[in-house]
Amino acid sequence: MLRVCLRKRRGEFTLAAEFSAPTPGVIGLFGRSGSGKSTLIDMIAGLLPPDEGEVQLAGTVLTDTRRGIAVPPEQRRIGYVFQDARLFPHLSVVGNLRYGEKRARNRPHYVRFEEVVQLLGLGTLLARRPHELSGGERQRVALGRALLAQPQLLLLDEPLASLDVARREEVLPYLETLRDWLSVPMVYVSHQFEEVLRLATSLVLLERGAVLSAGPVGEMSLRPELRSVLAPELVGSVLDGLVTAVDAASGTAELAIGSGKLQVSLEGAPVGTRVRVQLLARDIILATQPIQGLSVRNALLGTVTEVSADESAGVLVKVDVGGPLVLARITEGARQALRLAPGDAVWALAKAVSTRGHAFRLFRSPGPPSRSPS
Amino acid sequence: MTGLFGNAELDALRLSLAVAARSVAFSLPLAVLTAWLLTRARFPGRTLFDAFVHLPLVLPPVAVGYVLLLLLGTRGLLGGWLNAHLGIQLAFTTAGAALATAVMTFPLMVRAIRLSLENVDRGLEAAARTLGARPLDRFLSITLPLMLPGILAGAVTAFAAGLGEFGAVITFAANIPGVTRTLPLALYTAMQSPDGDALALRLAILSFVLGLAGLLAAELLVRRVRRLLGR
Repeated sequence: MLRVCLRKRRGEFTLAAEFSAPTPGVIGLFGRSGSGKSTLIDMIAGLLPPDEGEVQLAGTVLTDTRRGIAVPPEQRRIGYVFQDARLFPHLSVVGNLRYGEKRARNRPHYVRFEEVVQLLGLGTLLARRPHELSGGERQRVALGRALLAQPQLLLLDEPLASLDVARREEVLPYLETLRDWLSVPMVYVSHQFEEVLRLATSLVLLERGAVLSAGPVGEMSLRPELRSVLAPELVGSVLDGLVTAVDAASGTAELAIGSGKLQVSLEGAPVGTRVRVQLLARDIILATQPIQGLSVRNALLGTVTEVSADESAGVLVKVDVGGPLVLARITEGARQALRLAPGDAVWALAKAVSTRGHAFRLFRSPGPPSRSPS
Repeated sequence: MTGLFGNAELDALRLSLAVAARSVAFSLPLAVLTAWLLTRARFPGRTLFDAFVHLPLVLPPVAVGYVLLLLLGTRGLLGGWLNAHLGIQLAFTTAGAALATAVMTFPLMVRAIRLSLENVDRGLEAAARTLGARPLDRFLSITLPLMLPGILAGAVTAFAAGLGEFGAVITFAANIPGVTRTLPLALYTAMQSPDGDALALRLAILSFVLGLAGLLAAELLVRRVRRLLGR
């Protein structure tokens, strides 16, 4: 468990944030630029003293202004991956990677040098100098350097923000691998919802220096607080499903979601893989009767639990599909024609084969980790 | 070389090199410490301290030599004690010439080192902290290597300038052949003697070449270190 309750004034801006999130896991710290994300994690790292408050990690008090406790950053065992990598320019990649490892010599190691090099694909870079690396490579080295210090918590401050889209795709899979392979808890700061969605297990929503809402990602995807900071086309429920069948010929797979099944285009994920799906509210069609003669093959039967006004035209309907909830955005006219109200049985329809940015956005679900910091 | 220059010139050259080298060796650690204090530390009287360090730049060198004589001369405040208890004499010795040179070139050295320290990215030090480096470790493993171009530039500039220090040396250490008669003092002596014109010219050329070589060496060294640091 990471418990944070901090207050800091900086000129006109006041940060007063409080949240706790389960560890291990990836805590997505999401908010617009200027919402205080970096200030918050600088205080968690101990690099910035808070005006008042406390930080607790797995029962250990790292900061407590009332009791005068302020463990210095060098003794916190908190790794930090900065937006600008901050590799040491006078050291080679090996020198950078070994820097933290050497200083963690008298602690039990849970990741070894060779593992990190292999995991992050750094083998060919070892002899290079930081200025000979691309932006994506630099971030991978920074990530490896932080991990080799054997941290008990890893802070990532928008590690992809300074990279272009192609370079981001070069780093993101490595982050997913780390998440699934190690159980080192992470705080992942971003103002890109897609990154948070791909990586996080729980979400802390920061707005103007305060925590607007916090909870597991699936639950958070349904909350109005998140909708208030997201672009309307990004609103949709996030579900974790299990691959139950694979059709290699057509490149599709069947996912079990609640009591229903979804056909999705998905390759390279064997039966049993957990997959995270975002069902975008604008792409879900609701029907009060089973539909025939329609090309849409994904129909999840469920019950309407809530109908609420949506700030961007129309209404949002929340449907319980046998456990998980699905959000659908329909027009007010459609709602009246169907006379939708809580308790009604409906079919939620979504297209089977769809590309990214459409009804399904597929990500690997956070899996059970195999290694943990002592 | 021996064909062109006689024993007097070579003695003066050797002495100048020795004095400048000793002065740099003595003042370098202090200059790094001073630069660090002036850049990073917060203490009362910092501005005054800053001004004091830079004083030799604006004072007449003879005045600096005179103050040194008052303090460290054989009957000076500190010099008397040093002489009586430790048997150390600074005035009128090669060590004294080196000390006077060190005082005069100190501000030059501090300036170059301070500039390089100000350019060290504090973010890198913060990164080192999160990787478990304690303050002294951080300074030695990150800050100092990144300051290296400035330290080298400061040392070489101070060395080159130290070869030519005149006023403070002649006042504090006098003009003793083979002991404190460095290049500029030898040049001055030659100019004072009726048949010293040729010697004076040779010494002037020597000083000129030495100074130029020093500055070029500094530039090349700094470039090379910068390349090593990837900048």
